[in-house]
Amino acid sequence: MSQAAVAEHDLGIEPAESPLTPESWGKLGMWVFLAADAMSFGGLLAGYGALRYGDPTWPIPSKVLGIQLTALMTFLLICSSVTMVEALASIRHGNRAGLVKFLVLTIMGGMTFLGLQAFEWTKLIFNEGQSVSRDNFGATFFILTGFHGCHVFGGVTYLSAILGRAVRGRMGAIIMGPVAALATLALIALTSHWTSGFVAVLGALVAGGLVYLVANLISAPTGAYSAHQNSEVEIAALYWHFVDLIWILVFTFVYLIGPRS
Amino acid sequence: MSVHTPEQLAQEERRYLQVFFWLALLTALEIGVIYVPGLPTFAIGLVLVVLAATKAALVALFFMHLALERRTLTYIALTPAILCVLLVFALLPDLGAITRALTHAERPAAAEAHD
Repeated sequence: MSQAAVAEHDLGIEPAESPLTPESWGKLGMWVFLAADAMSFGGLLAGYGALRYGDPTWPIPSKVLGIQLTALMTFLLICSSVTMVEALASIRHGNRAGLVKFLVLTIMGGMTFLGLQAFEWTKLIFNEGQSVSRDNFGATFFILTGFHGCHVFGGVTYLSAILGRAVRGRMGAIIMGPVAALATLALIALTSHWTSGFVAVLGALVAGGLVYLVANLISAPTGAYSAHQNSEVEIAALYWHFVDLIWILVFTFVYLIGPRS
Repeated sequence: MSVHTPEQLAQEERRYLQVFFWLALLTALEIGVIYVPGLPTFAIGLVLVVLAATKAALVALFFMHLALERRTLTYIALTPAILCVLLVFALLPDLGAITRALTHAERPAAAEAHD
């Protein structure tokens, strides 16, 4: 190993040169992971289409599913993608406060999405009698939206760990990830218990506020990211935008496409 | 993607807001299209797929920065999309299998009633 490579290894810095992504091997790794994950969603969507096509018993989506609610959820995810790119732009300016602010907003967007999804599921299961084992519609709907919901949950936890790392280094990531995961689970449980969209939104505000509070409590003068070292934020952003991109497709294929009456 | 001057960053931020505007507009269009009276279901489906593909491309190109990355990453991103299209073609013989199964199941009952 050369002296420069040894120095890089000691500092925990990734090798600078890669034939595909000159900035970071991590970014290449994330892209490969996203490509594989896209295949999972592609398989689920293709299976959904094959089961749905020509099935006379398939319910009309606009009559069973709340289009207005999911349109709002779609808009929320789009907004959270914008706050995520703003978070990345902030740290590229060297603005750590901006990074923290926009990361918290992104996390809150994800939490609200999950709360509203819990509300939608609870209504479908207990009011409409839908379930994963009832018919092909239930099976494909709950598996597809549930798989995506798991990605949003993972994204909220991941971004919270990045937030923790931004304010307190590695220990911050260890604290913030579980805090956000627990707050999100509590939010989902509360929304399912009360079956209320209002509780979902209010719960997301409270949970996001809690994440912000804890992040401020553990904040240290030096965080992990700067204007020149922010590739982890960019990699996390890639994951979050992918989750948004997939929802755009799920929203169209599952909720919108179909006969109107 | 390696050099970010203040001008580049300001330009990027303006672009993010433009993309947000288009994504919101296309989402509103999607909702609007399904309520347009008189349009055949197939045409609505086609319009919705085109709108969704456009939105997905906007997210990938500008939010995920594919437009600014090396072409190799674009190939990585396009690979699953191409494979998924192939998967859909592979599934074509199975399309309508549920309908056929239901029809076969109902045929003896219908024949019996006819007799």
